[in-house]
Formats: sequence, structure tokens, C-alpha cells
Amino acid sequence: MILNVTFWAFSALAVFSGWRVFRADSMVRAAYWLLLSFAAVGIILVLLKAEFLGLILILMMGGEMTIMAVFMVAFMMNPAGLNPMTMVHRNSVAIVAGVVSFLAIAALGLFARFPVARAPAGVDPTRKLGVELLGNSMLVFQTAGVTLLAAMIAAIAISSARGRYGDADQGSVEPDQMVTAPAGDVAAAAAHDPAPVISPGVHQ
Amino acid sequence: MTLQALIVVAAALFGIGVYGALSQQSFVMIMMGLELMLNGTILAGGSMWALTTGGSPKGQMLVVVLMTVMAVEAAMGFALVIGIYRVRKADITEKIKRLKG
Repeated sequence: MILNVTFWAFSALAVFSGWRVFRADSMVRAAYWLLLSFAAVGIILVLLKAEFLGLILILMMGGEMTIMAVFMVAFMMNPAGLNPMTMVHRNSVAIVAGVVSFLAIAALGLFARFPVARAPAGVDPTRKLGVELLGNSMLVFQTAGVTLLAAMIAAIAISSARGRYGDADQGSVEPDQMVTAPAGDVAAAAAHDPAPVISPGVHQ
Repeated sequence: MTLQALIVVAAALFGIGVYGALSQQSFVMIMMGLELMLNGTILAGGSMWALTTGGSPKGQMLVVVLMTVMAVEAAMGFALVIGIYRVRKADITEKIKRLKG
């Protein structure tokens, strides 16, 4: 009974704060509403005996939403939410798409027949997950780690102020690779052929 | 709490995320829509693990992979926001109608 009430309270909190994300007048507040939604889902996961997943979800999102709030301050055009802020396009299409996806997934959940097999009592799911992470599923775990490393490198490469051949906004065109001829050869060629010598590094 | 109720809550989070990702103009708000969709997916994955798999840790592994997806999405999203602001001075989608830089 208490478990059910707690579950419904946190479900309502998750959905309500998720909805407030797109109704807040300040982007920083939107970030913290989103954090609240993640925290509520994390607590529901803890109630479902997935303590490890729930707690790392809250920890991860705490860090990520703090970074996001800093980003919001950097990019937002409405500091402190003093003015009403709506920046939407194709609002009605988006509402229809959201409602349709909600109804489709909810119908799947309500009408599909899923097997019923609860986790047996007396077994520690966190311990089992730890053995799985460093046992049978170690390849998955390692692949996730390497993917995160690749994402870090890619994030630095994309957001760096300098590209490989100069400033980032100059694109990735290589400079000319023309070999500079020795001075004597250039003079001889100019005497033989009066066409202008193209100096290296000058784009046509 | 039943599996049906959990899936309906996850579907609501996903639907709000779809609305946000499609309707918002600011890049960072679009990212929040994507995160909300992943939030619903994580809830669905966690509840499926708890109520249908008999406690097999493979179900939790799926949620771990989903969290990796979320971290990669955030890192790439922030990097793209910075990159596109540096090149185009754009912070909303309407400012990047041209593909050519």
C-alpha cells in the first residue's frame, strides 16, 4: 500500500516536472525541472529494487544538469526568466506527435501480454549486476567505456577553436601541397616560358 | 505498482520528450527533449527488468547501455552547440536554414 502510494507520487512528480521543463520561463529552471524528473525516475527504479541503476541515474543527471545549467546561462536570451519565454515552432504538429507517441506506447503497455516474472526475494540485484558487469557482459561494459572515450575525443574535436589547418570556421581544406622549386630552376623556367609562376599557397 | 502503470508513466515521459524535441527552437531545449525521451526509455527498461525477467541481470545491462547512450548524446549535443555557435553564431534552429557554411 505504502509502496503504491510512493510509486504514484513519484510517477506524478516525474511527469509533472517533465511537463514543466517546456513551460518554464527560464532555461536554467527548465534544466532543474528536468533534473527533478530524472530524480523521480531514479527513486522509482530504487523502489523497483534496481538500487544501483537508480542511484547512478541521479548522480549522473545531477552532474549533467549542472553542466546544462551553465550552458543555459551562456546561451539563453532571457536571463533570470523575467519575461515569458516561448520559443516554439510548429507547436500543434509537435503536440499531435507527442500525444500519438504517448498513446501508441501506452496502448502497447496496456494491451500486450508480457511474461510475469518478478525478481526472487533474498537475492541482491546489485551484487548480481556487478558479477554480470565484470563477467559475462564484460564486453558490453568495455564497449560502453570505449564509446564514451570516443565521444569525449569527438566532443573536443568538434568544439575546438582550432581545426587541423587553421581556425575552426575555415573548414578542413588542406593547404596547397605544391613543392617549392629551387630558385635557380624557377629563374630558368621563367626565362624559357614567360607564363607567370604560381607561387605556392596562393589559391586560384 | 503494475507493469502497465509503469509503461504508461514511461510513455507519458516519452511523449512529452517528443513534443519538446519537435517544438523547441533552442538547441539546448531540443537536447532536453531528447533526454526526457531517454528518461522514459530508462524507466521502461528498469520496470521490464524488475517485473518480467525474473531478476536476470541482463535486463539491468540494457539500462546501463541506455545510460551510455544518454551520456554520449549529451557530450555530442553540447559539442555541436558550441561548434555551430562558433561558425554561424546560431543558437536556434531557424538560423541554420542553409547547409553551406
